[in-house]
Amino acid sequence: MSSDGGDEVKVVPVRHVGRWFGGAVIIVLIGMLGHTIISKIPTGQRSCETVGGVRACHPQINWRFSWNIVFHYFTSSEILHGLVKTMELTVLAMAIGIVLGVLIAVMRLSPSRLLSSPAWSYTWFFRGTPVFVQLLFWFNISAIYPTLTIGLPFLPVTFLHLDMVTLLTPFTAAAVALGLNEAAYMSEIARSGLISVDEGQVEAASSLGMTRGQSLRLVVLPQAMRIIVPPTGNEVISMLKTTSLASSIGLTELLGAATNIYAANYEVMPLLITASLWYLIVTTVLSIGQFYLERYFGRGALRTPPPTPLARLRSDLRGIVSKFRTPRPSVSREALR
Amino acid sequence: MTSAMVEARGVCKHYAGVEVLRGVNLTVNRSEVTCLIGPSGSGKSTLLRCINHLEKHDAGDLRVDGQLVGYEARDGKLYERSDKQICIERSQIGMVFQRFNLFQHLTVLENVTIGQVKVKKVAADAATKRARELLARVGLDAKEGFYPSQLSGGQQQRVAIARALAMDPKLMLFDEPTSALDPELVGEVLDVMKDLASSGMTMIVVTHEMGFAREVADTVYFLDSGVIEESGDPRQVLSSPRSERLKSFLSKVL
Repeated sequence: MSSDGGDEVKVVPVRHVGRWFGGAVIIVLIGMLGHTIISKIPTGQRSCETVGGVRACHPQINWRFSWNIVFHYFTSSEILHGLVKTMELTVLAMAIGIVLGVLIAVMRLSPSRLLSSPAWSYTWFFRGTPVFVQLLFWFNISAIYPTLTIGLPFLPVTFLHLDMVTLLTPFTAAAVALGLNEAAYMSEIARSGLISVDEGQVEAASSLGMTRGQSLRLVVLPQAMRIIVPPTGNEVISMLKTTSLASSIGLTELLGAATNIYAANYEVMPLLITASLWYLIVTTVLSIGQFYLERYFGRGALRTPPPTPLARLRSDLRGIVSKFRTPRPSVSREALR
Repeated sequence: MTSAMVEARGVCKHYAGVEVLRGVNLTVNRSEVTCLIGPSGSGKSTLLRCINHLEKHDAGDLRVDGQLVGYEARDGKLYERSDKQICIERSQIGMVFQRFNLFQHLTVLENVTIGQVKVKKVAADAATKRARELLARVGLDAKEGFYPSQLSGGQQQRVAIARALAMDPKLMLFDEPTSALDPELVGEVLDVMKDLASSGMTMIVVTHEMGFAREVADTVYFLDSGVIEESGDPRQVLSSPRSERLKSFLSKVL
């Protein structure tokens, strides 16, 4: 159609009344949330000052969310030390969980009952008891095992002799407890990935003369990763937050640091917000990392890889712009008569 | 050492009470093309899979290149071969599958180099050079950076043939290589196989392509219910079948 005025046909788009109404409600709610976040309230105290011999008093006001206190402690050394401990614990516990989990998954898929049954029982036990109980259990294990001696059963042979009281600090107890618990969940995730790979892939690997280990390492695991990575990312994020339980056995991780501070100054809410903000920042960074990891392991599985967040933002913006352009179908005026 | 590449005498195989192979006798000479035909469930694929030990046969004498498959005869005893020895045996036998089974996470080029590098321990650049030659031979040198999911079925199967050839096998097994393909893509795969046959490769082909069997095969075996029902020169076997079973089978597939 020519675009010079006269010949153009007016197109009347459908009006989505419900959608507009719902959108308006959401905008009001977001406004309320924004307002309360930046609102100020009286603290209940008065501040008095003497200026030129005249004493003047007025009620003190402060941010409802005490942002000044939140950001005062946000980069304080106690909180940052706690953050580092939290991340160390997350990495260590996940490393134990992933390595042991994959091992258990491979055992579980073994044709030997002697290997598959213990793997099943492990998952049954560690998934069946609360992680908090396991944490307390490992922290107190020296009550029943003051020393750890590893040797052959019923024989006077020992390989290793350890003093549990000095070995199990809050940090090691938490890493062991969270890692062993995580292995149970990771084994199920790894198993679902391994069984998702077509059997033909293993046969093709065998027909090239690959050993079982080679076919697992070079063919099956890389393809299973596509299935394993998304729930594992979930587990890492979940673990980051679960490490906060370790504050109860005296580990000064992020939440532990925050509680230590508010135990001294009674600023409970601001410090919980400080800790929460750090948890949010780290989980956001982890989510971004997960996206690129998924993209890497998804190669070959999809004809076109998913867009990066930047590409998606660009296409969203284009979408918003095009919303304001009414589509003009090519209909001639004659056809409308 | 016998001159035959594959020698089967009374080979049996059963799964959970079902007799799949019931005493199969077969001889495949060097540089010859052998086609196995027969109805589904007749044991053709199982026989092929026994030859490269993807399945273990229960009874009978099965030899590849004069060596017992899966066992070693020494001092009047049979020693079961270790996993490592079986892997070495398999690396010398190429196999092409009905469902292609290309490694989905690897590019076309990587599919053709991985066996050379990881199993035969060929240097990476030599493996790449060899892979490119083979891809050119199957007409896919322009696709080396593609992933299998980006190729048509016929192209995938040609890559699978190149992948098997990259191991320099002494024997190639084809398990219904064109059954999963659209009819118009069958020709390109059969052309590659014909080219391979004329280059002197020893091949065993499980197929329903009677035209291919007639044109390329030196010997055709008709399997039915786990036994060889009829065998011989394809022109004779396929044109004037003696057994009723083969007659009725051919009347259905031709």
